[in-house]
Amino acid sequence: MYVAVKGGERAIENAHRLLAEDRRGDPAQSEIAPEQIRDQLKLAVDRVMTEGSLYDRDLAALALKQARGDQIEAIFLLRAYRTTLPRFGAAVPVETSRMALERRISATFKDLPGGQILGPTFDYTHRLLDHDLAEGHAPAAPAEGAPAPDDAPRVLDLLAQEGLIEEAADGDRPAREPGDITREPPSFPAERDVRLQTLARGDEGFLLALGYSTQRGYGRTHPFAGEIRLGTVAVEFEPEELGFPVEIGEIEMTECQMVNQFKGSAEQAPCFTRGYGVAFGHGERKAMAMALVDRSLRADAFGEERDSPAQDEEFVLSHCDNVQATGFVEHLKLPHYVDFQSELELLRRLRREHAEKTQPEAAE
Amino acid sequence: MTSSSEDLDAQPLLAVEDLAKRYGRHMGCEAVSFRLWPGEVLGVVGESGSGKTTLLNCVAGRLTPDAGRVLYSDRLGAVRDLHGIAEPERRMLMRTDWAFVHQNPRDGLRMGVSAGANVGEPLMAVGARNYGAIRSAAGDWLAKTEIDVGRIDDPPRTFSGGMQQRLQIARSLAAGPRLVFMDEPTGGLDVSVQARLLDLLRGLVTELKLAVIVVTHDLAVARLLSHRLLVMRGGRVVETGLTDQVLDDPQHPYTQLLVSSVLQP
Amino acid sequence: MSDATQSAAAIPARDPTYNFAYLDEQTKRMIRRALLKAVAVPGYQVPFAGREMPMPYGWGTGGVQVTASILTADDRLKVIDQGADDTTNAVSIRKFFQRTAGVAVTEKTAEASVIQTRHRIPEAPLADGQILVYQVPIPEPLRFLEPRETETRKMHAYQDYGLMHVKLYEDIARHGHIATTYAYPVKVEGRYVMDPSPTPKFDNPKMSDCPALQLFGAGREKRIYAIPPYTKVESLDFEDHPFTVQSWEQRCALCGAEDSFLDEVLTDDKGGRMFVCSDTDYCGDRRAQGFRGEAAEDAA
Repeated sequence: MYVAVKGGERAIENAHRLLAEDRRGDPAQSEIAPEQIRDQLKLAVDRVMTEGSLYDRDLAALALKQARGDQIEAIFLLRAYRTTLPRFGAAVPVETSRMALERRISATFKDLPGGQILGPTFDYTHRLLDHDLAEGHAPAAPAEGAPAPDDAPRVLDLLAQEGLIEEAADGDRPAREPGDITREPPSFPAERDVRLQTLARGDEGFLLALGYSTQRGYGRTHPFAGEIRLGTVAVEFEPEELGFPVEIGEIEMTECQMVNQFKGSAEQAPCFTRGYGVAFGHGERKAMAMALVDRSLRADAFGEERDSPAQDEEFVLSHCDNVQATGFVEHLKLPHYVDFQSELELLRRLRREHAEKTQPEAAE
Repeated sequence: MTSSSEDLDAQPLLAVEDLAKRYGRHMGCEAVSFRLWPGEVLGVVGESGSGKTTLLNCVAGRLTPDAGRVLYSDRLGAVRDLHGIAEPERRMLMRTDWAFVHQNPRDGLRMGVSAGANVGEPLMAVGARNYGAIRSAAGDWLAKTEIDVGRIDDPPRTFSGGMQQRLQIARSLAAGPRLVFMDEPTGGLDVSVQARLLDLLRGLVTELKLAVIVVTHDLAVARLLSHRLLVMRGGRVVETGLTDQVLDDPQHPYTQLLVSSVLQP
Repeated sequence: MSDATQSAAAIPARDPTYNFAYLDEQTKRMIRRALLKAVAVPGYQVPFAGREMPMPYGWGTGGVQVTASILTADDRLKVIDQGADDTTNAVSIRKFFQRTAGVAVTEKTAEASVIQTRHRIPEAPLADGQILVYQVPIPEPLRFLEPRETETRKMHAYQDYGLMHVKLYEDIARHGHIATTYAYPVKVEGRYVMDPSPTPKFDNPKMSDCPALQLFGAGREKRIYAIPPYTKVESLDFEDHPFTVQSWEQRCALCGAEDSFLDEVLTDDKGGRMFVCSDTDYCGDRRAQGFRGEAAEDAA
């Protein structure tokens, strides 16, 4: 007697129990606490917050623990949780020029008002494995210095004073309320607000590769890192019944503004143009890659040929979300018996017909 | 060859009035007016940058002009303002009444599907639903354009340049258009292949009584195909007239220069 | 019978941590508006602001959101994948709604008021008042002919569907017949060309003039579309190469059915195989009525 295979709830439950055991690992080791992840794997947490579109270090750390360190899985957990949260409204735009700076560099000016602040960076470290970290260690205390100014002007604003760079509100800023990609379905062509939102939660690896491709000639934009700044900004919210904004907290963020060449056109004098990138926490690579891709996607605004992947809005925006991408790639694991059966039947028929055509004698 | 423009009672197929197209400060074409009668072949000549391709694209509905009108008289005799009608109506006209032959056959063909499907698609787009009939029509068109019917299931990328161009012509004529636009139809081909293609085109145009606007920088092509000529320079029409008249007795200094710069046989 | 039936009998209490059926009421209203538009314009893909769900994209998030928006406490839900109630993803989605909505579930097609499906339409005819919710991966039937949304939306708007037949033409030219076996494109009420989701073409005829309401949800692509009850759905074809469905030389080895879609099961590594109904409820029903196939326990 044949009994058809049952997927069964028990198999699923058992698999999940095995997962929980594997997650815990060797019980002789002490269990990792979300607080440790939050504080000691900060950059992993920051990426999960950025691409999970939710600023909450504790939840992001918990998600990383639950996901066994898999970033995309952790991002997915955070996004699904985000769906269940009520929405009170939108904050007042944060003012990054009033950021309490931890780091601020410009590749375009050697010195500038507010100065260059290197901050906590891997830059200029030698990438030698540090075996001291394998043991418990106490790092030397950081050097003391004058506090960073909290109103260092943005480099691009300095360029704008001379009219050397396009205005920030160059018609890309819509007269309407900014779009909201979590509340409205995408439609193409998209406007820049929607593009920036999509890129901000887009996969770091995907944007990095696209940004890189523009540097290698596929939609070249001649970029300079005008400014990268990292620090905390106040978040203000204006309750309707109050009529004025109140500070509800602060968040750490990274902002990158690229300065790109533009040769000018019949209507426009030559000037520099902007590419913008932003991330929650410390996410320099993401912010820079995003800024490169943002500028590439603005090809139409400057009458540039659109022939490279990084300039193709539908291609970039439709494929940069890693939660969507991983879901659809991994759905190939789901059963496809029925479709496969249909293809199997067709293939057998085609092969039979092919054999009859090519070997008529054998078919007799 | 007789020019149909002599049929003065006939309604023009196409009337272009004061057409202009600018690219920023640069002028594409300006103040262009002409008429085209059924069965007439109009050549548009000029050097590159003279605005002839811009003009063609505006007239064919592929570019929106900044000023002027393009009036088309349809099969029922109704006059339609090409840039005034709605997009669905314009697309329908392009599927049923008009055809466009590109200089590069890749722009006019689907390189990934067979020759038969390329020729059959315009028929299916207007509702043909009998596979056998579509296939035999495709076969007929291949024969008419001197393509071996045995190649009907081969994709165009396996064809030579001349064959690809003949296939594009077959595709563009399959749905029975009344008006065909051609942009340097022999441009990318070597000389011996050009001659054969021109011969073929001339035969088809006469047989099917097609009205054609053909843009070319090659005066030999213009002489062979067209009844009438527009000579363009700097976006404007500088001279117009019957082909032989313009080429044998050019009036405008620019036309004289153009004609004299061609090596006489 | 299976584990699923046993647990289905007892209705577990709804998890009060979540709103009824997981989604908040505003989101449900947004989805219902999209559904109403979809029903009003049969076969037209209505964009909707799909939410992130706790299951991955491509695993039924569109269908789950549609089901969540139409479900009421009195509903009786059936979930199938590949025609079966006990495939892992069907089990997982059913449990999700048991937990978040506390609704009654069933494996019986006839008893269900809402059926969520992936890749099949049940064999038993659907009735007035039932709703069939399809999970859709790629809602755009023109997608593999034209990748750009900006283009395909125009093609739908202008009914510019010649390209669709080019694909069928190529099939016939190459193979002698149309070689599309699932996700076989249909035209709804003479207007919109629609993707029926990756159901086998065997199921296409069931869509036409169906008394049940058919709703389609594509979560990742953020599209909803619908076929209202008793709507004409035609599978695209040529006059001289009419649409046909799959047929098998075999009958179901368990219930002997010869009118159902059969799954092939490998029974050993020496080429041994048998064919059984993909719709497990249909097969079980027939066996309960006394029908037997050649491999059934009390046959032979």
